[in-house]
Amino acid sequence: MNFQDFKKDFPIFKNQPHLVYLDSTATSLKPRSVIEKLVEYYSSYSANIFRGVYKISEKATQEYEKTREVVAEFINARPEEVVFTRNTTESINLLAYALGRKIIEKGDEIVTTIMEHHSNFVPWQVLAQETGALLKIIDINQDGYLNIQNSKVKNQKVSLKNIITKKTKILTLTYVSNVLGVVNPIKEIVKEARKINPKIIVIVDAAQAAPHKKIDLFDLNVDFLAFSSHKMLGPTGVGVLWGRKKLLDEIFPFLYGGEMIEEVYLDKSFFKKPPHKFEAGTPSIGEVIAFKEAVKYLKNIGMENIASYEKKLVSYLLERLTLEFPEIKIVGPQDVNNRGGLVAFSFSKYHPHDVASILDEKNIAVRAGHHCAMPLHHRLNLEATVRVSFYLYNDENDIDQLISGLKEVKKILG
Amino acid sequence: MSIYSEIILDHYQSPKNFGRVKNYTHLVQVANPLCGDRLEMTAKLKDNKIVDIKFQGVGCAISIASASMLTSFVLKKDLSLLKKIDKNFIIKMLKVDLGVNRVKCALLPLEALKKLFINEK
Repeated sequence: MNFQDFKKDFPIFKNQPHLVYLDSTATSLKPRSVIEKLVEYYSSYSANIFRGVYKISEKATQEYEKTREVVAEFINARPEEVVFTRNTTESINLLAYALGRKIIEKGDEIVTTIMEHHSNFVPWQVLAQETGALLKIIDINQDGYLNIQNSKVKNQKVSLKNIITKKTKILTLTYVSNVLGVVNPIKEIVKEARKINPKIIVIVDAAQAAPHKKIDLFDLNVDFLAFSSHKMLGPTGVGVLWGRKKLLDEIFPFLYGGEMIEEVYLDKSFFKKPPHKFEAGTPSIGEVIAFKEAVKYLKNIGMENIASYEKKLVSYLLERLTLEFPEIKIVGPQDVNNRGGLVAFSFSKYHPHDVASILDEKNIAVRAGHHCAMPLHHRLNLEATVRVSFYLYNDENDIDQLISGLKEVKKILG
Repeated sequence: MSIYSEIILDHYQSPKNFGRVKNYTHLVQVANPLCGDRLEMTAKLKDNKIVDIKFQGVGCAISIASASMLTSFVLKKDLSLLKKIDKNFIIKMLKVDLGVNRVKCALLPLEALKKLFINEK
């Protein structure tokens, strides 16, 4: 498979021929098929869904629900378990309200990790504060792996048994860290967590996993999983929350209003069944419809191919950084087999914003800052890092340009 | 045009008034948690005149250069001059076109200066 050809599918490269885009972890670029599908909805059948009895509304509804089927198949799940939200952040906040406020009581425990994005940290911190529950945080070791016994680390003393107890109602963690790049052994952790507490509910933030690797929900054995369309070639404004049918039935609705209602009386209301129970108000119809083109595009290439291609790019980047920049300190695991397609680093005494600004002057887009992971940066004793991230449209030439850009940074800042 | 002009790089590489004023009368610490910048400014005031002013901390080239240039400008000046110093003054002083994101870096020293003389030590 020739990954060089994929740039042609992304119109942005025609309009920005010099763009070296290395920030797909923030948001991905969009292929033509996705853009065309958006335009198709807005120009051919831009009606609201469900309510209309006329043809274009039926067409829109059909296209919208088709995306649910395509997404379900993509993650090996059932369509009625796929809820559309605005993004991963909203999916997790939905859970903190609808699930958290249903089951968490004073003295209960919620377990998360130090490497979480704020969106999978703050909702639980606030929930714990409000309910009097205890938020426990799994640490990382010096290589950036979770600091619990697992097959990826040797000589680890702390085990999950030291953290998860019978009082732990929720374990919520990221699949791939947006800073360390580390891929957490979810399946193994879930198995161990369920051994300690069979009633535990496991939530996975897959925002950085779903775009880059195969997700098999049957295999992972988690209870909820969240990700965003815009990080996987799809439009903004669409998130996915997958949940087990039984749990989706049991938890509270999230937002109340249109679309999610069965019947309303003066003294009570009845709600639709999942997934529509959680989709109040007019959703991002065109964006959901176009999202399936993104999933189809990814499926066509194959998630395994994407993962191994990104691994090649990361290996090449790490090799050049290590050889040519002894002053660059890479965070996260050294072993590319345990990494996703991103690399964050600190560069000598240079402020990450200066590094990113100078690279931007050469049309190289990287991220600088704490990447919405302040607890992790504090843990690493870093205020901020520079982050480079890849997707299927990147190539070695992008890395070569980045390397010469970094040399320029050294020259300018001295 | 690059925002890393010669003058900005000069002030970044060898900042003026770096450190802490001995026997300072005023001290302030400000931070921009978003980029992790922290800045301390100290000054000695006598008869409403800034007889000495220094800064220290961590920051990007833009914020360091801005602090260096700003402290140099107000040194030995009367306190009443501070009223005239605002965002536009800083932008003109730096002489580069900072985007909306980077202008925040340049304004951190201004925030420090504005807060510095509110409370006596």
